[in-house]
Amino acid sequence: MAKLRLLFVKENQASYISHLDLMRTFQRVFPRGGLELRHSQGFHPHPLISIVLPLPVGQSSECELLDFEVEQDVDGSGVADMVNSGLPAGLCARECYRVQRPARDLAYLRASIELDYDRGVPDGAEDKLRELFSREEVLVSKRTKHKELTEINIIPMIKELEWSRREGRVCVLATVAAQNPGLNPALLGTAVCAQLPGLAPDFTRVRRLELYDAQMDIFR
Amino acid sequence: MQKPARYVGGEFNAVMKDLSEVDTRIAYCFPDTYEIGMSNLGMRILYGVMNNMEGVWCERCFHPWGDMEEEMRKEDIPLYALESFDPIGSFDIIAFSVGYEMAFPAILNMLDLAHVPLRAEERGSLTPLVIAGGTAMYNCEPIADFIDIALLGEGEDQVPELIELYRMARREKWSKQELLCKAARLDGVYVPGLYDVTYHDDGTVRAITPKDGAPAKIRKRIVQDMDKAYYPVRTIVPSTEIVQDRIMLELFRGCIRGCRFCQAGYVYRPVRNRSRELLARYARESVEDSGYQEMTLSSLSTSDYRSLVELCDELEPFCAHKHLNLSLPSLRADNFSMALMERLQKGRKTGLTFAPEAGTQRLRDAINKNLTEDDLLESCRRAFAGGYNAVKLYFMLGLPTETDEDVEGIADVAAHVMHAWRESATNKNRGVRITVSTSWFVPKSHTAFQWEPQISIEEYERRVALLRERMNTKTVTYNWHPSPTSFMEAVLSRGDRRMCAVLESVHRKGATLDAWEEYFSLERWLEAFDECGLDPHFYANRTREHGEVLPWSHIDVGVTDAFLWREHERAHEGVTTPDCRTRCSGCGASSMIGRACDG
Ligand code: SF4
Repeated sequence: MAKLRLLFVKENQASYISHLDLMRTFQRVFPRGGLELRHSQGFHPHPLISIVLPLPVGQSSECELLDFEVEQDVDGSGVADMVNSGLPAGLCARECYRVQRPARDLAYLRASIELDYDRGVPDGAEDKLRELFSREEVLVSKRTKHKELTEINIIPMIKELEWSRREGRVCVLATVAAQNPGLNPALLGTAVCAQLPGLAPDFTRVRRLELYDAQMDIFR
Repeated sequence: MQKPARYVGGEFNAVMKDLSEVDTRIAYCFPDTYEIGMSNLGMRILYGVMNNMEGVWCERCFHPWGDMEEEMRKEDIPLYALESFDPIGSFDIIAFSVGYEMAFPAILNMLDLAHVPLRAEERGSLTPLVIAGGTAMYNCEPIADFIDIALLGEGEDQVPELIELYRMARREKWSKQELLCKAARLDGVYVPGLYDVTYHDDGTVRAITPKDGAPAKIRKRIVQDMDKAYYPVRTIVPSTEIVQDRIMLELFRGCIRGCRFCQAGYVYRPVRNRSRELLARYARESVEDSGYQEMTLSSLSTSDYRSLVELCDELEPFCAHKHLNLSLPSLRADNFSMALMERLQKGRKTGLTFAPEAGTQRLRDAINKNLTEDDLLESCRRAFAGGYNAVKLYFMLGLPTETDEDVEGIADVAAHVMHAWRESATNKNRGVRITVSTSWFVPKSHTAFQWEPQISIEEYERRVALLRERMNTKTVTYNWHPSPTSFMEAVLSRGDRRMCAVLESVHRKGATLDAWEEYFSLERWLEAFDECGLDPHFYANRTREHGEVLPWSHIDVGVTDAFLWREHERAHEGVTTPDCRTRCSGCGASSMIGRACDG
């Protein structure tokens, strides 16, 4: 018996696989490689498998974490390679190891957000963007779990923003709260559309880069 | 966009090939959504068969949902294959798998999305060759002008033969016409363009005349020996949920029962079994390869598999160990099936579903549905005693010879099931849910009822109202669909070649995924018929004469016309025909395998 954690990349086509579908995919991958998932007890046993911080559909990530329990007493070595022979395109396991830290220690995540402008970045965009996110309050409407619309202030959930600019694109490296409550980095783009309609990008691309604990040490 | 994962491919076991080693590219198209198409076992089989051919790369393509189609048209993205993302318009062969007539408009729309000319005559060169197979091809006349070749029957042997012929045509630089003439000589290959159809003044078919050496009758192809037939042990595991998200273990082909309304029951004859040893091996290997947690034992009437109990004995320990659920797709109401189901479901008491199809024994005899009310009630009692508290019952309205008494009989059956619950339920506090659903009977080609009219919508609605009135008890829920789709299905499934104009017109008016209620529009169809000067009722609601040339008279499924007519007569006499295992009724199908059926 072992509690394992899998670090994996989710990108390209796989960024469109939803959370539920991703769980289903992994449930099939482990048995294929001879790892037997542990199941919960009770009337409707289900495999013990969970994703530490589900990634919104459409975003990519270099650091997804999947926790799962197996019947065998193993330390995870060799699992990443085994898994990689059975994954859909766009998913790639990097490492697998015994769970050392509880998921609740995860405090921040870093993501890159790219705002694309097909007709070039509008003049003065960066200054306006910087100004927007230096306010005390930026409200963004968001659906709750019960599908109701609410307004949330995203500023307290932002720890750090680093702006840069490339051809036709403004990039921001954002460090934001990961949970309780966490901020979906895509909401920065939503905020821009709502507050600075003139700077609404043609396309917003989000990639999760790293996970941290409260001390800003890398979380694994 | 809804469910984007269905448009990106990349699934486990999707076949990728190096283009430098590929000489023939095939777009295998399913004229419905990804979730439906990927659930089709036939598609999985032929995907494997084609990709096992060296130099052939078969890729998949599905009809996009409306939101995606809109996006594709706006951005001018042509229909692409899921493996390479290359536009299918440039492939060598575009092959459709068509299981139901309501998918016809989706075929046209997919050709359109691929920027391929719709009509076969507008496509002069060898590429792309547009072919189609699947059960809807047993009468493909309504789309005859759009496809170059229809494949009749089972494709395992036939598809590679046709592909080889295609390669030869390319090597030897044949014209398309040359290829078509040669293809028409292969067994089970129907080239609609090589037949002239003429009509009487009353609109019925006068003659179907072959030309350029095409055969007068085209006989379907079948797999002779199921133990030698390809089974897709290694198959694609979708990364998004599909309808049949499980291993489908195909036990046998054909059906011994002979229900007179059932097209599948006739066109899949004769019964050919797979051996138990082989099935057990396939089961194990597919579980190991796919990692699926669920397996269904699929066939037209699974409980008729001779060594089903032994097969389950063999699979059970393995399944328990792998946390794998075994399920049966359909259930006959008899003790044997009930015992098996209880065993496989292991405490998972989902609802039970039975299909008595008709409300009285007289009508069940007429349609040769081999089920007595006693069997049904006995099964229900057993289920209620075992803790089940939900039963679904499926019936058809408008079956040939149906009277009001038969309609009201459906309510009586439901009441008796209710009674059975009162008698035998172990825990009455939980209550019971009995659901009765009726559908509108659609007569199909190649069945004993191919000559029968469909009842009109007014008559259908009158019978629904009658039943509703009879069934006004709270414990029984009555579901019925005011489904004009069934009317159009009746029109299309027995349509003739003149209907191609209607298909083209309805396509131009925007018909796409017409098998989906979201997209179906009866008005659009009626307008199209009007425009083409055709009357849909001529096809749906007319009694055909014995001896009339039917639009599919040149298509031979192995079952003789004489047998079908005899079954038709027996239906009207209310006489049943025994199942094939009890006694062979000499339908003709055994001539296709040159041995007794069901071996
Ligand atoms: S030949 Fe006889 S046994 Fe075979 S399918 Fe026909 S009726 Fe049934």
